[in-house]
Amino acid sequence: MIFASYNNIISPLGFSTEENFHAVTHSKTGVRKIIFPFATEPFCVAKIDDEKIKEHVSVIQAPESFTKLEQLSILSIQDVIRKSGLDPSGERTLLLYSTTKGNIDVLENSYPHMNPNRVYLSELGKQLQSYFKFKHTPLILSNACISGILGIIVAKRLIETKQYDNVIVCGGDILSEFTMSGFKSFNALSGDPSKPFDANRTGINLGEAVASILITNQKTYAGKYDAEVVAGASANDANHISGPSRTGEGLFQCLQQILKDNHSEIGFISAHGTATPYNDEMESIAFERSGLSEVPVNSLKGYYGHTLGAAGVLETILSLESMKHQRLIKSEGYEIKGISGHITMIDRHKEKAFNSFIKTASGFGGCNAAALFKKIN
Amino acid sequence: MNAITSYAHIKHNTVTVNGTVVFKSASSVSIHEFLLESYKFLAMNYPKFHKMDVQCKLAIIATEFALRETALLTENDLAKIAIVFSNHASSLDTDKAYQNSISDKSNYFPSPAIFVYTLPNITIGELAIRHKITGENAFFVCEKFDPALLINYCESLYLNGIDAVIAGWVEAETNNDEAFIFLSESQRNTNKNAIFKPLNQTTLTELYNLT
Repeated sequence: MIFASYNNIISPLGFSTEENFHAVTHSKTGVRKIIFPFATEPFCVAKIDDEKIKEHVSVIQAPESFTKLEQLSILSIQDVIRKSGLDPSGERTLLLYSTTKGNIDVLENSYPHMNPNRVYLSELGKQLQSYFKFKHTPLILSNACISGILGIIVAKRLIETKQYDNVIVCGGDILSEFTMSGFKSFNALSGDPSKPFDANRTGINLGEAVASILITNQKTYAGKYDAEVVAGASANDANHISGPSRTGEGLFQCLQQILKDNHSEIGFISAHGTATPYNDEMESIAFERSGLSEVPVNSLKGYYGHTLGAAGVLETILSLESMKHQRLIKSEGYEIKGISGHITMIDRHKEKAFNSFIKTASGFGGCNAAALFKKIN
Repeated sequence: MNAITSYAHIKHNTVTVNGTVVFKSASSVSIHEFLLESYKFLAMNYPKFHKMDVQCKLAIIATEFALRETALLTENDLAKIAIVFSNHASSLDTDKAYQNSISDKSNYFPSPAIFVYTLPNITIGELAIRHKITGENAFFVCEKFDPALLINYCESLYLNGIDAVIAGWVEAETNNDEAFIFLSESQRNTNKNAIFKPLNQTTLTELYNLT
């Protein structure tokens, strides 16, 4: 059995999982309008307060020798190691890092005192390896917006094939001019807080976060959730590199795959829900086609914006908290149905008895992923 | 028995397929011209190719060469074919081009057509579209070609219901452009040109170093 265990979230809503869960269940959102030095008009984003970062990084040795993403990743991974008591130098332990753009701010010359090589994702891995003395070179996964949830699926597979017993999956991405200007050039950004699945949704808010979770087959490290990673799958639409399939084909295929041996009732779906017109429409169609119309759905993008490589890990962790506390989190920003697929949105925070959930994600390059988590016993 | 059924290696403007050099451009020729010459050599008719970045083109061309020697696409369910790529530079070649387009505020032209290629897995997406392959995807970033990683991940995909894998290394970096694509299948295909090498680390290391 493979457990989803100790974890941490660093986001605009807090530096621990507990703080983050408390914030979202009290309907706090991290999304604000901010004017960046490089832009003339404000971006609506979820940015981690620089002063807060300064307070926290004092526990890191020589924090100035690390990039912002590395600092946040160290804090996040450290929290997981401390809580679990796991030895990073153990033969059976791996760090898997999921990111889309890693230290992309190195390319913007944000760290003139650092070697420009730091922009390579393997260098990010090396920094984390040497800080924590991980025995193995960290494995880096960069698969657009499914990176986070795919990281958890890959971790499960590496454990199943007996290559490791413990995999810390860390997902992280920061806000940068690079990604903000790029999404803006696509006309994919909303000027206001995003409204996933709503009739008046106009696009994405970008966000930044780092989230880490221990995936393990060791009962001693199983932690507080008693939760199992039951199944996971990815699939490609083979349709378009920057737009989802209109029929939700790839996501549908993932859902078929994870549900084929698991017919029991699903507690809820933590959707990707970026609040672009096409993504949310596609997801609603895929969920309906999969016979999941009556299963409650939320998107957490209304609280965090789209945190790219971190999103799948962050949203899985909050869903695990949801399952532990038997509380469904409201899909922030949703008011009026704005998709054609028949699905059931979570329109307010509510109590519910349930013991499983599905996390999904879809991204550029036509990629989709879904994973099923269950409460044990 | 899972086997490697074909492979193609592009390096120094040379294409080697299953150990034999099948196409070559002069070393003075740029990577762009080389890829275009390869496209013509293969008599491909795929206009989308011309819009792609170098990394995608490398993957499309190398896979095209490898696929000619097997029946992988016709003898497997397209939903059960996985694509697993890896490299060192992620999408850095295109990242730099995109960064240049936004760094000078007096000449600011962020382009969605460039931005979309600033993700390494777009290479997987383009290949998936080219052949209508809808199975599993993963893009790993590592310092160098890692046979153990690719073999182990292929094996884990076979345990998860995948029937064939297109895997390898695709790197677009000035003076270091390279694609090494191998095809792996769980069942013997009927193409007489297919090789049947065991899917293991030793074999894969040998094939990679051969050229």
